[in-house]
Amino acid sequence: MLSIIRLLSQRVALGLLSLFAVSVIIFLAVEMLPGDLAEAMLGQSATADTVAAFRAQLGLDQPPLQRFIGWMGGILQGDFGVSLANGREIGELVSTRLGNTLRLAGLAALISVPVAVLLGMLAALYRNSWFDRMLNTTALSTVSFPEFFVAYILILVFSVQLGWLPSIANITPEDSWLTVLERSMLPVITLSLVVIAQMMRMTRAALINLLSSPYIEMARLKGIKKSRIIYYHALPNALAPIITVVALNLAYLVVGVVVVEVVFVYPGLGQLLVDSVAKRDIPVVQACSLIFAVTYIALNTSADVLAIATDPRLMHPRS
Amino acid sequence: MKTIAKHVWQAPLSAQFGLAVIVLYIFVAVFAPTLAPYGETEVVGEGFAPWNGEHWLGTDNLGRDMYSRLLYGARNTVGIAFVTTALAFLIGGLAGLVAAVKGGWVDQGLSRIVDVLMAIPQLIFALLILSVVGTTVTSLILVIALLDATRVFRLARSVAMGVVTLDFVEAARLRGEGMWWLITREVLPNTIAPLIAEFGLRFCFVFLFISALSFLGLGIKPPTADWGSMVRDNAILITFGDISPLLPAAAVAILTVGVNFVVDWMLHKSSGLKG
Repeated sequence: MLSIIRLLSQRVALGLLSLFAVSVIIFLAVEMLPGDLAEAMLGQSATADTVAAFRAQLGLDQPPLQRFIGWMGGILQGDFGVSLANGREIGELVSTRLGNTLRLAGLAALISVPVAVLLGMLAALYRNSWFDRMLNTTALSTVSFPEFFVAYILILVFSVQLGWLPSIANITPEDSWLTVLERSMLPVITLSLVVIAQMMRMTRAALINLLSSPYIEMARLKGIKKSRIIYYHALPNALAPIITVVALNLAYLVVGVVVVEVVFVYPGLGQLLVDSVAKRDIPVVQACSLIFAVTYIALNTSADVLAIATDPRLMHPRS
Repeated sequence: MKTIAKHVWQAPLSAQFGLAVIVLYIFVAVFAPTLAPYGETEVVGEGFAPWNGEHWLGTDNLGRDMYSRLLYGARNTVGIAFVTTALAFLIGGLAGLVAAVKGGWVDQGLSRIVDVLMAIPQLIFALLILSVVGTTVTSLILVIALLDATRVFRLARSVAMGVVTLDFVEAARLRGEGMWWLITREVLPNTIAPLIAEFGLRFCFVFLFISALSFLGLGIKPPTADWGSMVRDNAILITFGDISPLLPAAAVAILTVGVNFVVDWMLHKSSGLKG
């Protein structure tokens, strides 16, 4: 038991360390600007005095270390600073959009995880059958499609030709949950399709890897029933790889929302990020990047933690 | 040459399809100016003209010939993706091999840097850096190549690690061969097969990535004909049931499917008959 706790705390510590490293990188990215933020914002025509005043207003006259501590401390208290484009609080700008993005990703996960894991398991069990081959070719093609291609095909079929669903997901906080659900239907389906293909392929690969290991062969040679091999011998060991696959794909999903949100004009964090990059509103870009990176790292770390926690070999240490 | 032809002949249908697609795209990319009836940025008529005899696929939002731009897109989009992938392999592959051969603190240092870079989602990282340095073709290529080099590094290092422990490398070391010899003569020839397969996969990834960035308006800039931005510029037509904006997206999809089929076949061949 002790070894599990040690392994787990190592993983969590590593996750926290990469979080810290990532926040340093996000902070330093701005330092790479030729000149600094004040000069970049005001442009060439600004006089030295204006630049200096603006620099003082942004706090850029302080040394980098002090600014980093100030920035980090602010974020830990929920204060992300203000947007350069419109002077609004970033925290306020981000909060409703974060909720929207998480709802989109959450709904997509709710659909895609069971479907993908089930399909992956079936494909691995009946591998090299026509069912497996068909599924595999379809998945390989879907993985190769750009997200916007899938999105526009769905729009063309379901909203233009059939007229069932709206093509634009312009939801507002006042909408009832039913409206919200209807309007976010196409984005959710797009995102699910893209992730299902990837997740199914990875689940299949992980299971086939497991089913070809010697102890499964042994169980089969002993004459144990197929269902018993799967439930008692294969599944406990398959749990860890499947969990890893799911968590990795959820991490992908959180990032994958960016393109989907832009296609459907969905008011989420991804769209805010893209708009801010175009406007070079760097404090907002930093805030959004940090939120995405934190979610991504958190999911990856929990994948590792769960994989360790469900590993039967660690549950029953030899000594 | 004869054996290659034989391999291709015996390949499964999907791989043959993939190879045909790749050859077709290369042909179009090379001969785009000869094949295209109009210039890349030439305004030839009204915007959003429907398909007709003069303009096979109609015109785009600014009245440029859609078909010509589609052909030029093969050159620009595929070309930039290819250069980026090649650069990523040069940086990542070399660093990975050096890390495996040198070992010790060189390996530790490079690996930790890569770990940190890989902890940030790639799209987010690219957006962050592009917002700071601005979106030009050069910065696009450099940023994506650097980010992708981390993935190549991982693979190259882990494959090379397996080779470095073998006796013939040890023998070469004892002979007193230098690092460059070890990398190019001993390790590289034995790691080339998985690296080529990875090149195909990486190319697909970079290609989709650049198309996505262009689609978001943050990649290849107008007026250069590029498939991602062509979808973005003409997307409005889809709401009227016109499928022309989907064609550049389909062009991206078909090439990626083709390359994936070929890589799948190569991996299958080199791994025996596993999976």
